[in-house]
Amino acid sequence: MITAAFEYHRPSDIAGALSVLEEHGDDARVIAGGHSLIPMMKLRMAEVPHLIDLQDIADLKGITIEGGMVTIGAMTTQHELINNEALLSATPIIHEAALQIADPQVRYMGTIGGNVANGDPGNDMPGLMQCLDANFTLEGPDGTRSVKAREFYEAAYMTEREDGEILTQITFSAVDAGYAYEKQKRKIGDYATAACAVLITKDGDKIATASIAMTNLSDVPVLSEAAGEALVGTSCDAAAITAAVAAALEDIDPTEDNRGPVEFKMHVAGIIISRAIARAWSRA
Amino acid sequence: MTNQIVKMTVNGEKKEIFAEPRELLIYVLREKLGLTGPHVGCETSHCGACTVEIDGKSVKSCTMFAVQAEGAEITTIEGLGTPDNLHVLQENFKEHHGLQCGYCTPGMITRAHRLLQENPNPTEEDVRFGISGNICRCTGYQNIVKSILSAAAELNAAKEAAQ
Amino acid sequence: MKDEVTREERVTNLKGLGSSRKRVEDARFTQGKGHYVDDINLPGMLTGDFVRSPYAHARVKSINIDAAMALDGVVAVLTAKDLEPLSLHWMPTLAGDKQMVLADGKVLFQGQEVAFVVAKDRYIAADAVELVEVEYEELPVIVDPFKSLQSDVVLREDLDPNAPGAHGPRKHHNHIFTWEVGDEDGTNAVIDDADVVATEEMYYHRTHPCPLEPCGSVASMDKVNGKLTLYGTFQAPHVVRTVASLLSGIEEHNIRVVSPDIGGGFGNKVGVYPGYVCSIVASIVTGVPVKWVEDRMENLMSTAFARDYWMKGKISATKEGKITGLHCHVTADHGAFDACADPTKFPAGFMSICTGSYDIPIAYLGVDGVYTNKAPGGVSYRCSFRVTEAVYFIERMIEVLAIELNMDAAELRRINFIKKEQFPYDSALGWEYDSGDYHTAWDKALKAVDYEGLRKEQAERVAAFKRGETRTIMGIGLSFFTEIVGAGPVKNCDILGMGMFDSCEIRIHPTGSAIARLGTISQGQGHATTFAQILASEIGIPADSITIEEGDTDTAPYGLGTYGSRSTPVAGAATAMAGRKIRAKAQMIAAYLLEVHDDDVEFDVDRFVIKGAPERFKTMGEIAYAAYNQAIPGLEPGLEAVSYYDPPNMTYPFGAYVCVMDIDVDTGVPKINRFYALDDCGTRINPMVIEGQIHGGLTEALAVALGQEIAYDDMGNCKTATLMDFFLPTAWEVPNFETDFTVTPSPHHPIGAKGVGESPHVGGVPCFSNAVQDAFRPFGNRHTNMPHDHWRIWKTANDLGLHD
Repeated sequence: MITAAFEYHRPSDIAGALSVLEEHGDDARVIAGGHSLIPMMKLRMAEVPHLIDLQDIADLKGITIEGGMVTIGAMTTQHELINNEALLSATPIIHEAALQIADPQVRYMGTIGGNVANGDPGNDMPGLMQCLDANFTLEGPDGTRSVKAREFYEAAYMTEREDGEILTQITFSAVDAGYAYEKQKRKIGDYATAACAVLITKDGDKIATASIAMTNLSDVPVLSEAAGEALVGTSCDAAAITAAVAAALEDIDPTEDNRGPVEFKMHVAGIIISRAIARAWSRA
Repeated sequence: MTNQIVKMTVNGEKKEIFAEPRELLIYVLREKLGLTGPHVGCETSHCGACTVEIDGKSVKSCTMFAVQAEGAEITTIEGLGTPDNLHVLQENFKEHHGLQCGYCTPGMITRAHRLLQENPNPTEEDVRFGISGNICRCTGYQNIVKSILSAAAELNAAKEAAQ
Repeated sequence: MKDEVTREERVTNLKGLGSSRKRVEDARFTQGKGHYVDDINLPGMLTGDFVRSPYAHARVKSINIDAAMALDGVVAVLTAKDLEPLSLHWMPTLAGDKQMVLADGKVLFQGQEVAFVVAKDRYIAADAVELVEVEYEELPVIVDPFKSLQSDVVLREDLDPNAPGAHGPRKHHNHIFTWEVGDEDGTNAVIDDADVVATEEMYYHRTHPCPLEPCGSVASMDKVNGKLTLYGTFQAPHVVRTVASLLSGIEEHNIRVVSPDIGGGFGNKVGVYPGYVCSIVASIVTGVPVKWVEDRMENLMSTAFARDYWMKGKISATKEGKITGLHCHVTADHGAFDACADPTKFPAGFMSICTGSYDIPIAYLGVDGVYTNKAPGGVSYRCSFRVTEAVYFIERMIEVLAIELNMDAAELRRINFIKKEQFPYDSALGWEYDSGDYHTAWDKALKAVDYEGLRKEQAERVAAFKRGETRTIMGIGLSFFTEIVGAGPVKNCDILGMGMFDSCEIRIHPTGSAIARLGTISQGQGHATTFAQILASEIGIPADSITIEEGDTDTAPYGLGTYGSRSTPVAGAATAMAGRKIRAKAQMIAAYLLEVHDDDVEFDVDRFVIKGAPERFKTMGEIAYAAYNQAIPGLEPGLEAVSYYDPPNMTYPFGAYVCVMDIDVDTGVPKINRFYALDDCGTRINPMVIEGQIHGGLTEALAVALGQEIAYDDMGNCKTATLMDFFLPTAWEVPNFETDFTVTPSPHHPIGAKGVGESPHVGGVPCFSNAVQDAFRPFGNRHTNMPHDHWRIWKTANDLGLHD
């Protein structure tokens, strides 16, 4: 319940944060909303001798939508995502997904940056960002670079981000698409038993593009190219959905936990994916 | 490891406390400021018994270090109403039996307070979703929901009457 | 003087029996001014924290406290070696066993207490815990009670395998007791001879009461005066005082135990935990107060669990459905120590109520208790002793019998209910049920939910499912429970030798208000509100003018505490009886004041009137003043009474519950569409409070039936030690409950009340479970074990071929 002792840093800009990271290397970590990191520290499962609080850094806040590009500062909270009218118009799937994360208090503090950066397979935003084909902006001592969400996750808690880098922004194109974020969980506040993000655009009465990404069904989020391809050019009939689901299931590798055994998760995943596809299609 | 001064406004009063960075806000409120209203019910940020309001946000104060609250305005249950002038929520929780052992109550009422700022006219579903970060073991929630809806109605009626 | 207030208004103003009086406790709780153990802050207070075993079974080879002691601010690190000279390294349990306070040579469950660090504050204590070095040598782990009874591995090396245990001979070194009730041979003969027999095995999974406030204590030894004060989360403060006295050698008059506000008990806070003992020892050793408060993981991993009963049932009946016999065998998994909180003579509690609400002529119950490498217990979680297990058993057996007979389960129940005219009813397993009218309640419930309509709807839904039109199925869960609460008569109910009476002491003040102190202790049940109501009706002083106090052993009369829904049946009776003593003296005072004979006055709501001339009266206020003001021949001054009540019997609340549920067979997700609960708790003291208890008990029932479990893997690792995995529903998962009632007073209780706090939990669990089971019955389900969480519901569907 009580964390180990640590030094607290509260820089006012990104450069300040980077310099503490550089000085202390492995011993330093940034804290965003703190609702993943602090519980781990309280259980003494994460040791952080130097904690860098990002809350004062203005450059990490804000949602801008310009010329069809959405840019979200990493320190934007789930609550801010949900209540942003412009974002709701531009990319409503974020609103739908964010409401299914955790509970009201956690959403006030939890940030999109925190949710995508630490590589926890249970988090919802990574799969969603992959569905949106978002880009993550990383700033480090050697400068700024952009990494695709679809290339960011290597294994559980292992990402493309180097230790000395901070994820500062998430960008993606707003797209007028049918959308759905479908999530089964044991109760409010739980991670997904299975979750799926789907974006579908239509050309006439056929699917033009389809993006399907799954959460907590592998040690990383899974964007299933094959599942998307199975839908393209179809009118999302039962056969197409079945094919897409089959393809998606090939791409996941769930593990047994208290939510249930693998067999159960595979079955539920199939149901969740098909419901997400059907709902996205109905909105396309 | 070094103690530092943290300045916060708590229930309308300016406070200065001395704390190690690792001191959780809940313990600073309870043990250094004597505000024992918010409670500790778990260590994994699930139960919500520690809920306070910080700068217009409902926050689980067990999942924040006091140092993070530097410069913040914090409201705890002790800041909602006085014995001579109870908050409408406090009155309605009593009227509608929205509590039994009382342990979740400070966090629950504090959360309900912010909920009604977010949405002054919630449906039952809105209320249930809105308090889903606060666990109660005694009431089964039904009378808590009733209390909050009743408080909302009363506040709205008062607003209309004032206009 | 003409009365301006009508008699009806006088009754209303009393806020006595039947009033939905608002609670007096709410003032402090809604303002954040409750006073719980962790709020206590005494000068010089130190904090204690435990080093706990990561292993489920291991020898403790060494404990090195040097690094911990070297940490600035650490005052002491206690191990079993330090407690041994005080004979405190082990302590007696409430079930006649003994339990290690700190690991003595070995550990027997994951999370067991190994060392107790005492430090200046919680931060230093937490750091010091990490610095204590313990060397373990792992031993083979047993988590299956059946394997335990076959295993060569000796768990309790402290027990002589050849000597009897507290409840008789032990069959095996991991066996605890065998307890039998009823006629086994006769029952077997009836069953062997029967037209129809249904057999079933079922597991009532291990769960945990998990009150929102974890357990804790603050011990303060005053060395100057030789007095120990112990604050703590105690559902039975007087018993704790007696135990503390026996353990510490300090006489009871020098020990003060205080239960302040308690944030939920549900049975979790009945027993004595190592943390309490260690805080006492640490305070005695250091001479300053020592606080110990556990965190949630410690609470779930080491404090008293509930249930863990493997039950085998055989029920026989005629072809027409009349039950002729019942056989029940239980394998009871008690974990590492039998720390059950049961009356001494009942190692399996009141499991023998397992004949339920039915007229069963012959029955047998056998229970074998077993040790395993799990947390010790079990405690009765929001039920009377083991009654949840008993009621779940019979309410499942009746459903299984209905399947065997191809009968409607509601009708099968009706055929077999004990009839109203049969009360008081002697059950085949030795209980005298005090009163009941089951048929009326059942008919009322089934009518309220339009049972026939529901069955029609269900049949249509089954057909639609089979036609492939829907993937959800519908279940109708039924439960008719009889509880046995209010333990209990001193002649057969005691806790550690203390008879299970309870008490009330009343003092009326000169200006007409009063204080009453009880031997019970509320943990949210609203005693300060409801017991004043009992008194208000008995003595005619408004409830608003009566303070109810509990929990301080220096002032409260001895009582056995609050659990098992015993407060209203026992302390409530004591309250009424003490009230009647007050009234008897008040009558004499009134007669004196009115200058008539005692028999010429009678009690009327809030006063004594002269019979036949009611315009001449004395109010209770005037009488109270006279008690202090008048020299009345033959009467002592003052107006006080005390009653210690030994109940002649338990009480038997009952109820009829119906749950309508939809299940998505592909995801395993259930949805509760309707829950109707009819409760009969006899006389209803405060309908608002009763309704709150029903909501709460049903919610905990939903949690237990649909996922709340304490689970272990094969190595004895607890898989559900945090609220991530230990299922506590939020407001989103819980439906609205419809409550209804009938009133069948208890004939032996002074005000006819039976108690109600736990009924909804006892009756609710089988109702939710039966809803799931009933949904799958048309597809071939007979019995599926709880908990019915998503994946297990899914598996039920899968096993029945519903995914093909």
